[in-house]
Amino acid sequence: MNTDRIEKKVVLRATMTRVWRALADADEFGSWFGVKFDGPFAPGVKLRGVVVPTTVNAEVAKAQKAYEGAPFEITVEQMEPERLFSFRWHPYAMEPGVDYSVEPTTLVSFSLEEVADGILLTVTETGFDQIPLARRAKAFTANERGWSMQVKLIEAYVVRAQ
Amino acid sequence: MAGPKRSAHLFAALGDETRLRLVSRLSNGGPMSITRLTRGSRVTRQAITKHLRVMEGSGLVRGMRHGRESVWQLNQRRLEDARRYLDLISKRWDDALLRLRHLVEDGRDGR
Repeated sequence: MNTDRIEKKVVLRATMTRVWRALADADEFGSWFGVKFDGPFAPGVKLRGVVVPTTVNAEVAKAQKAYEGAPFEITVEQMEPERLFSFRWHPYAMEPGVDYSVEPTTLVSFSLEEVADGILLTVTETGFDQIPLARRAKAFTANERGWSMQVKLIEAYVVRAQ
Repeated sequence: MAGPKRSAHLFAALGDETRLRLVSRLSNGGPMSITRLTRGSRVTRQAITKHLRVMEGSGLVRGMRHGRESVWQLNQRRLEDARRYLDLISKRWDDALLRLRHLVEDGRDGR
């Protein structure tokens, strides 16, 4: 069983220019990912980000309040325009008072490729096997809360759509 | 679904090279006697039995008496729980990529 790596592939029906901007522009990236960064992306740059809560559901927003402004760091690795964007971070590094800087990071990379009906985006996150087992178990706990929040978000969308 | 507390136990039980190797052998070779599990290993039979007992405690393996020998097998469901860690992070990426799709295809941020 592979416990080290996640890979996602998605075809986006948009231009290469548009997709690249959504990844490489820190503000645009933050708008879909749900974070706010303190500066622009550039190769080798270490940036601080903070978690931005959702506006869809007041209850979820309240629950996320615990994480609102929770700082995390990413270090940009590679930026090859319209081809590759990658960075390192600590997955689920949200527990207050924990010094994550001494722990291993995972590498997240976004690679782009023109295909017939749009842009093929491949996202990989690797290095989970290096993350301490205790930390993985904690992320698991955080996720269980995350799941019930997701359900509430979906409910909110459905109710609004009616 | 296993709760977070049980998951923490599970990860602790797997956090050892010898144990991971035992899981891998049981996973590929099916139920195995302690004699077979010990064969070719630098770790003593006594030590391997101790590791198996720890994993039994977290529900990862089951031991059964078979004549004069113990036969061990994997509890597949608990192993699947370990995979859930990646599944959850995987789900987070699915959600994020859906928002990215909305942004680049429809010009809204999907939040």
